[in-house]
Amino acid sequence: MTISLRGLTKVFPGGVRALDSLDLEIGEGEFFALLGPSGCGKTTLLRSIAGLETPTSGAVAIGGADVTALPPGRRDVAMVFQDYALFPHMDVTANIAYPLRIKKVPRARREAAAAEVAGRLSLAELLGRRPGQLSGGQQQRVALARAIACRPKVFLFDEPLSNLDARLRLEARTFLKRLQDELGVTTVFVTHDQGEALALAHRIAVMDAGRITQVGAPSEIFHRPATPFVASFIGSTPMNLLPGRVVVGASGPALHVAGAVLPAPPGLPDGEEVVYGIRPEYTDLSAAPREDAFPGTVAVLENLGTSTLVTLESAREGGDGLVQVVVPEGQEPPVGGAAWAVPRPERALVYRGDRLVGPRGGPA
Amino acid sequence: MDDLIKYAPDLLAGFLKNVQLSAVCAVLSLILGTVLVSMRVSPTPVLRAAGTAYVNIVRNTPLTLVLAFSALGLSDTLDVTFSDDPGSNSFWLVVLGLSLYTATFVCEALRSGINTVPMGQAEAARAIGLTFLQSLTMIILPQAFRAVIAPLGSVIIAMIKNTTVAIAAGYLAESAFVMKDTFDDTGVSIPIFLGIVVAFMIITLPIGFLTGWLANRLAVAR
Repeated sequence: MTISLRGLTKVFPGGVRALDSLDLEIGEGEFFALLGPSGCGKTTLLRSIAGLETPTSGAVAIGGADVTALPPGRRDVAMVFQDYALFPHMDVTANIAYPLRIKKVPRARREAAAAEVAGRLSLAELLGRRPGQLSGGQQQRVALARAIACRPKVFLFDEPLSNLDARLRLEARTFLKRLQDELGVTTVFVTHDQGEALALAHRIAVMDAGRITQVGAPSEIFHRPATPFVASFIGSTPMNLLPGRVVVGASGPALHVAGAVLPAPPGLPDGEEVVYGIRPEYTDLSAAPREDAFPGTVAVLENLGTSTLVTLESAREGGDGLVQVVVPEGQEPPVGGAAWAVPRPERALVYRGDRLVGPRGGPA
Repeated sequence: MDDLIKYAPDLLAGFLKNVQLSAVCAVLSLILGTVLVSMRVSPTPVLRAAGTAYVNIVRNTPLTLVLAFSALGLSDTLDVTFSDDPGSNSFWLVVLGLSLYTATFVCEALRSGINTVPMGQAEAARAIGLTFLQSLTMIILPQAFRAVIAPLGSVIIAMIKNTTVAIAAGYLAESAFVMKDTFDDTGVSIPIFLGIVVAFMIITLPIGFLTGWLANRLAVAR
């Protein structure tokens, strides 16, 4: 089922504008992520689709039908809560079958449905237990089973993986992606973890202050973040975002950024202030001085396992001037030594104000 | 000691009345308390206000006044009668007053139990499509009851002991009145005094133990 949001606005009593006339189309069978920092409105958006929040204005349509005025139980959506919200006084079977019981499905049929879904999520042995007797991962699967058993048109997941420990989270992520693929049901999930969004979603909406800043496929969001905000939010190591200036010289325009002279995208006037973005992974380290590199002193080494994150402290005037570079294992520079961070020009992103201006037709 | 043995049949008959009052009031106050707490947490402002007003007025009125009002106000002035037999009528007036009074304490104990149920439970119930009443009766209250079994035990124990002020409603058959009546004949008798205390403890102590045990056994594991 498709979901479409039109001018959705939610102002909470007290004046907080959690959603600001937001438009969004989510396609049939899509696995869609709402990504953003806490307080950006992503959970309010999910809850508005679920019907748990009444929007101040705007409309929510599911499968083409306007559901804005319908209560949650009539929207044919199933929500999985961050803390799962399993019913602790009921066993696993009763929990899974509960939505069916509310829909007045006869006991034998709803228990058969619960057993079938439980089998699929490897919960068959746990049907007689109470939620309190289950591990976090098992509880999460029961919550998923409860959502699946009533065969909704849309799944809504609120931070589905955040209550699991790190190891289990990766397993559950793979599991969730495969499950969504098998079921083919339109799924919207909320996360503040960019890695989770990139890994799971077909498309991602990055949100900030009640608005959607960018919508796109994970690779698009990762490689061509539309604003410095998105750029800083996406990526397991934060992107280097450095202030720079356009200088038009004899050989054409160039960018002067943190002590480096770099190729400028066309069409920028002389003296224009820009923000130069380059991911630490797309930056190489040079031991010898280069004109197209950021000079600095090696301040910190952080071991990432198969690589190392190097933080250079720039001696330049103005600003704290930190540049981060990821180097392959075995190539760590000595701490305290001079080094030059060389950005790969084809990976560089140039922002003018809040807009991406270059490179044109760069990596996507 | 002789006094105790001599008056034991009378005292025992009186105590039996305390037990009868307690049993009926326990059932009624639990039911009424549940209705009150449903009002106090309901989404309807009028119900909430009515529930809050009732609890605050009745809970803060001395029990003897509540009982006196049942007898003098309701029965004598407003002609509310349960039975033509005066003894039986005042029995039910005590039941009425004591249940109305105890229900407020049951309500507040349950309300604190509802506060132990995470918000997410009600949300999940709503997301599944439960109405407020369904969510309350099937999801919230079952968990709230389990959380407050021990405090409810205390409420019930207090209520059982409160049956001894039934005289305030003009009820003259329960053990405390019988005891006082006996003392008028015999002078104060310590054994009779202690005998009644022991009789109450035989009822109330097991209630304390039982509710403590049930609270552990039925505790909701999250």
